[in-house]
Amino acid sequence: MSTIPNTAPTARASATPVVTSEARAFAWIFGAAIVALALYYFIGVDQGAFSVFGSDTHIHEFVHDSRHFLGFPCH
Amino acid sequence: MERALILRGALAGAVGGLLAFVFARIFAEPQISAAINYESGRDAAQDALDKAAGQAVPAMGPDIFSRTVQANVGIGVGMVFFGVAMGLLFAVTYTICLGRVGGVRARTLALLVAGGGLLSMYVVPFLKYPANPPAIGHEDTIRSRSVLYLTMTLAAVLLLIGAVLLGRWLQARLGTWNAALAAGAAYVVAVGIVMALLPSFGELAANVHTFGRHATETPLPLKDAQGRIVYPGFPADTLATFRIYSLLAQVILWGAIGLVFAPMAERVLTPPSAPEPARRDTAPASLR
Repeated sequence: MSTIPNTAPTARASATPVVTSEARAFAWIFGAAIVALALYYFIGVDQGAFSVFGSDTHIHEFVHDSRHFLGFPCH
Repeated sequence: MERALILRGALAGAVGGLLAFVFARIFAEPQISAAINYESGRDAAQDALDKAAGQAVPAMGPDIFSRTVQANVGIGVGMVFFGVAMGLLFAVTYTICLGRVGGVRARTLALLVAGGGLLSMYVVPFLKYPANPPAIGHEDTIRSRSVLYLTMTLAAVLLLIGAVLLGRWLQARLGTWNAALAAGAAYVVAVGIVMALLPSFGELAANVHTFGRHATETPLPLKDAQGRIVYPGFPADTLATFRIYSLLAQVILWGAIGLVFAPMAERVLTPPSAPEPARRDTAPASLR
């Protein structure tokens, strides 16, 4: 019988630890998600269908080319 | 720990956005210029037709930002900030997944999460509502188009989360391989149903009313009163090239996020005193 080395990593050794059990982790995760969604909204959506600053198109016109290129609907 | 991961996610996103910007500046801008030139030419032809028919020609408003600003600074700011946003969402997902998705290495998990981000935040919505260069899209449907696009994106993200949970649940009875296949198939079916239910842009009431039944809002040839074509439809090559480049830019962006983040995450998650994780991949002593 030949001895083929078992090269599969052991699950325990390679599995990643849970790091999000505390309230502090929640604050960071929640904050990051809010910042990300705000950026997503202003780059992709604001002053197209909706507008936070009323009848103004400065953000839309400034990021115009990237808005098209990133796949968002544009005028 | 979570702070370190999220800040590194934002950094990886900025790097991805910067690379995508360089790609966009070189490859996308010529296509955007071609589209804007088409639009100007078509508007001029439309004005000439209207003038000949005795209609008033609307005056164009002044540009807020010049094309030079839009094509250099504007697209750069847009791409980098979008990259940061995606990097943050990536890091949030990564941190939540850590330790909850079975025996996946920290480095491998980074690539899996980046792949999921590319798929759900861009590729799936793109299949239903692909990116369009300037000159495509009617002013009066912008609200419905945005709502439809965001609905499609949200559905793609939520269904992917559902598919991952389904896969985790099935793993106990089917094993990892079959559970992943089953969850993947369920995702394809669910996304297909959402796509079938949502209308195409050309089917929006305002478009059907003004332009008749068409699949998209891509400009058709402009005809005069006698039905002769006086200006061609939107060039198909410009459209196809723009869409392929848009897809490639997202692959660059998410690829960079995954590849830049992976080694940084492994360094954060591996204590400095611990031995190299790769060394532990060898068989236990009893099997040697």
